[in-house]
Amino acid sequence: MNNLLLISHISKNYVTEKEVVKAIKDITLSIKKGNIVTIVGSSGCGKSSLLSILAGIDTQSSGTFQFKKENPVIGYMLQNDALFPWLTIFENAILGLKIQKKDNLENILYVRKLLKTYSLDEFSSKYPKELSGGMRQRVALIRTLALKPDILLLDEPFSALDYQSRLAVSDDVYNIIKKEGITTIMVSHDIAEAISMSDEVVVLSKRPCSVKKIYPIHLTNKNTPIENRKAKEFSTYYNKIWKDLDINV
Amino acid sequence: MSKEVLQKRREKKRQKRIILFSQFFLIFLFFLSWEFLTSQKILNPFIFSSPSRIWNTILGLIKTGELWGHILTTLYETILSFGIGISLGFLIAILLYELPILAKIVDPFLTMLNSLPKVALGPIIILWTGANTKSIIVMALLINLIVSILNIYNGFLGVDDMKLKLLQTFGASKKQILRYLIIPESKRTILSSLKINISMTLIGVIMGEFLVSKKGIGYLIIYGTQVFNLTLVMSGILILILLSFFIYECISFIEKKLSN
Repeated sequence: MNNLLLISHISKNYVTEKEVVKAIKDITLSIKKGNIVTIVGSSGCGKSSLLSILAGIDTQSSGTFQFKKENPVIGYMLQNDALFPWLTIFENAILGLKIQKKDNLENILYVRKLLKTYSLDEFSSKYPKELSGGMRQRVALIRTLALKPDILLLDEPFSALDYQSRLAVSDDVYNIIKKEGITTIMVSHDIAEAISMSDEVVVLSKRPCSVKKIYPIHLTNKNTPIENRKAKEFSTYYNKIWKDLDINV
Repeated sequence: MSKEVLQKRREKKRQKRIILFSQFFLIFLFFLSWEFLTSQKILNPFIFSSPSRIWNTILGLIKTGELWGHILTTLYETILSFGIGISLGFLIAILLYELPILAKIVDPFLTMLNSLPKVALGPIIILWTGANTKSIIVMALLINLIVSILNIYNGFLGVDDMKLKLLQTFGASKKQILRYLIIPESKRTILSSLKINISMTLIGVIMGEFLVSKKGIGYLIIYGTQVFNLTLVMSGILILILLSFFIYECISFIEKKLSN
């Protein structure tokens, strides 16, 4: 399979007045086209910093990353939906297009289609506060997809939701990503979520984080994330990753 | 509609009526006892005046046509200073937000100016700008501008980090961030700063009128004191209370309209 993104020897240090804090130490990864890769690690280990670097809103201290495509479009989804309460659902969904001045008829129609496909079209003229947490998260995803990204970066996209919505929304998001065939890097601290959604799970060490292990996920009868949790290999992966993370409570 | 809802509404209406009635009753009682105490000479009517005298004075001012001139002068000065204060405050807040280093540089000066009792600058302002409307407006601006800047600027700083990050991932320019996020998100702070600003402006205008003017409600009050006509002073204060209440209600109305 061909790689879409090569990350080689990326390190990141944060310099404060007191000291230099090492957040990322020498991460090398290759991301295959069409795959969902989830990066897990203990909280505060620097996984979100890696996404910020890939998204171009932060810079690495050393190392490089390279997309196998010219001018790739990067979609970034944050920990909460960050919908603007004073804009309608439709206006929120086209916000990225508007800012990048790509709000032409073709793209607008594409957003309308996405809203319709993911049963949000009847809420188009409603405001975010009128929608449930899961629906809002779908709108946030559509806002990102509207830009037709080559790669999707998800930074703990479900962490603001309660457990049940989390399961339902991760199913939703998974289906959308797979249907649109978008390469995805997700950051999570939830091992079960990582295994159930991904083609590959990357386990990071504690701060400064580096790649500890990479697990290609092979589940019999691979299905939606909720169904995947029932696969017989699920607990084996879970135990291995849990051990790797070496969580001391 | 169900019975319970109707009953709830009736109760609410009744409560409203009781409150309104009590408010009017209190005002009535206040004026009545004032009138009684001064007419019985328990309070010296020369110093305390009385509602009936005030009423006659105001009627007199209306008849000669003077009253409107005074009210309009104060209103004009207030609206002008308010408009300039809010617009300048908004622009300066944007400048400070866009240039954080500038914000850090001017921070102690703003704090100093904010805590300085501006009336102390009165005599200098008169010397610099002349004893005219200009100095009244400068006085009002000195009082309302710093508060506006600080309020609006703090509103800008309170913007949600996640939304800011989102716009950055879209590659938004500073201007776009301002237009799509900062200004709409701090609309509420800006609107609520209107109310503080209008009270500050009125303080500044009246203070300015005390110092230099030949017209306006502040002038009416200070003139009354100088000629020892306490009834005129009280009339001025009463008119000022009504005027400031009216202006405040107008701003509240505008705030409500805009925040919807």
